[in-house]
Amino acid sequence: MSETTASPRPAAPPRSTASPAAPAPLDAERLRADFPILHQSVHGKPLVYLDNAATSQKPRAVIEAITRYYERDNANVHRGVHALSERATRAYEGARATVARFLGASVNEIVFLRGATEGINLVAQTFGRQRLAPGDEVVVTTLEHHSNIVPWQLVCAERGARVVPAPIDDAGDLDLDGLDRLLGPRARLLAVTQVSNALGTVTPLRRIVAMAKERGIPVLVDGAQGAPHLGADVASLGADFYVLSGHKVYGPTGIGVLWARGEHLEAMPPWQGGGDMIRSVSFERTTWNEVPYKFEAGTPHIEGAIGLAAALDYLTAVGLPAVAAHEQRLLQRAEAALAGIPGLRLVGQPRERAGVISFLVDDVHPHDLATVVDREGVAIRAGQHCAEPLMRRLGVSATARASFALYNTPGEVDALVRAVAKAQEMFA
Amino acid sequence: MSELADLYQEVILDHGKRPRNFGPLAGATHHAEGLNPLCGDHLDVQATVEDGVVKEVRFTGSGCAISRASASVMTGLVKGRRPEEIERMFETFHALVTEGPGAAPDLEALGKLAVFGGVHEFPSRVKCASLGWHTLRAALKGAAAATTE
Repeated sequence: MSETTASPRPAAPPRSTASPAAPAPLDAERLRADFPILHQSVHGKPLVYLDNAATSQKPRAVIEAITRYYERDNANVHRGVHALSERATRAYEGARATVARFLGASVNEIVFLRGATEGINLVAQTFGRQRLAPGDEVVVTTLEHHSNIVPWQLVCAERGARVVPAPIDDAGDLDLDGLDRLLGPRARLLAVTQVSNALGTVTPLRRIVAMAKERGIPVLVDGAQGAPHLGADVASLGADFYVLSGHKVYGPTGIGVLWARGEHLEAMPPWQGGGDMIRSVSFERTTWNEVPYKFEAGTPHIEGAIGLAAALDYLTAVGLPAVAAHEQRLLQRAEAALAGIPGLRLVGQPRERAGVISFLVDDVHPHDLATVVDREGVAIRAGQHCAEPLMRRLGVSATARASFALYNTPGEVDALVRAVAKAQEMFA
Repeated sequence: MSELADLYQEVILDHGKRPRNFGPLAGATHHAEGLNPLCGDHLDVQATVEDGVVKEVRFTGSGCAISRASASVMTGLVKGRRPEEIERMFETFHALVTEGPGAAPDLEALGKLAVFGGVHEFPSRVKCASLGWHTLRAALKGAAAATTE
């Protein structure tokens, strides 16, 4: 019983032995058995879940890891000397080690928090607030999710600094010359997404990071959308901060990760005060715990961290290269089939795409489209995708968005295409 | 498909495609902007009020079939009415789209609005159906903007 939560076993097939260049094809039909929620009907039709960019479904390994924790090990961490507390602490810190391995980071550079949004807010309110002076600039991109814009606006308003957006082209790719011009002497930080949640654009991170680092500008990478499809190797990426959300990478909601360079974490002031983040408290003088605990005030989301670790173990066991190759096949099929529908227009045709495809259908508003295809069992998203500036730049008020995960199948792409045709019939 | 047919009744499809009273209103005395931040719908409702009566209402903007149709039907129904009457109509309409025809006893008074009786089966679309109404109410109250949030 003592090792119950430390090593949740994914119900995934054995690790692929093929080389990363040519991963063995992923058997999505078989993997679907690992996701209990997928086996249901919606409005009398088999569920086709294509809203993975909003949140992914959870494999049984994750659900069981959380259940196991509550049925056997639940206790508060880092303080009890009793057996359960020791087990809970081991599982929680084991989860941190799993995340560190997944990101190629050191374990003391991993901060658990609620999600990518909270990670960006933490960096804005600590690192940003420390470094920004009147007239300074935080460079973001037009592709960003609101959560990589608004936290910077908040701290900039407070410090007399401003947020400047790097341009994109009509295909939805970053304009690197435009970005280059913005990385000027007043730029104190560059905040950029790994993958656009609205268009699926994969940004050329290595080039971007190199451009910024040449000028000594720190870089924050929003990995919320990128992590499930591409993973990340922060050691070789060269950025300063990377954030991800657990629920988009097959883990639970309410848990996320901030990775930051150790020297930054040391220099950044605490964000929230409370238990666990302090070394000693007196009314005269309070001292902080070491990193990363300095940034984890209060009892943490223990089962969330454990569930996230189970999710990352699962994803790693399936193999990110195989997942990426599978999703590319689905995207290509979707792109070809959707582009072949008369009256349908793809929104954004980036050079490299991950996970997401956005489109518009003549005479069918995305919201109506989403309602009609839902009745065919197909779950997609319609709207602005929390990327209002991007929508404005592209001259659209909303799009329909289908987004893919490792358990989606070519047959589900076809179901989407059939459902879109039904919507067209209805509004013809 | 029966619920879907309840939602997208012929009248709604027709008004969604060819909204009535669509376009700017010259000499409007009241106007407001309505936003549904979730889906990006954006309506501008303009009205002329004379002697305490709404003489003319028109709207512009973009939105889904439900929000366009609702605004379109609304503009036809409110002309010649006083703001208090419009407020009562809205209350009945709101009961209709949130709870269904059973909750809107005065349905007959709403005339064509009865076609929105299927909306309550689609909770995520209630905001679409209400956007034009919220915006008109904001305009008549002198507020510059309405939102469904």
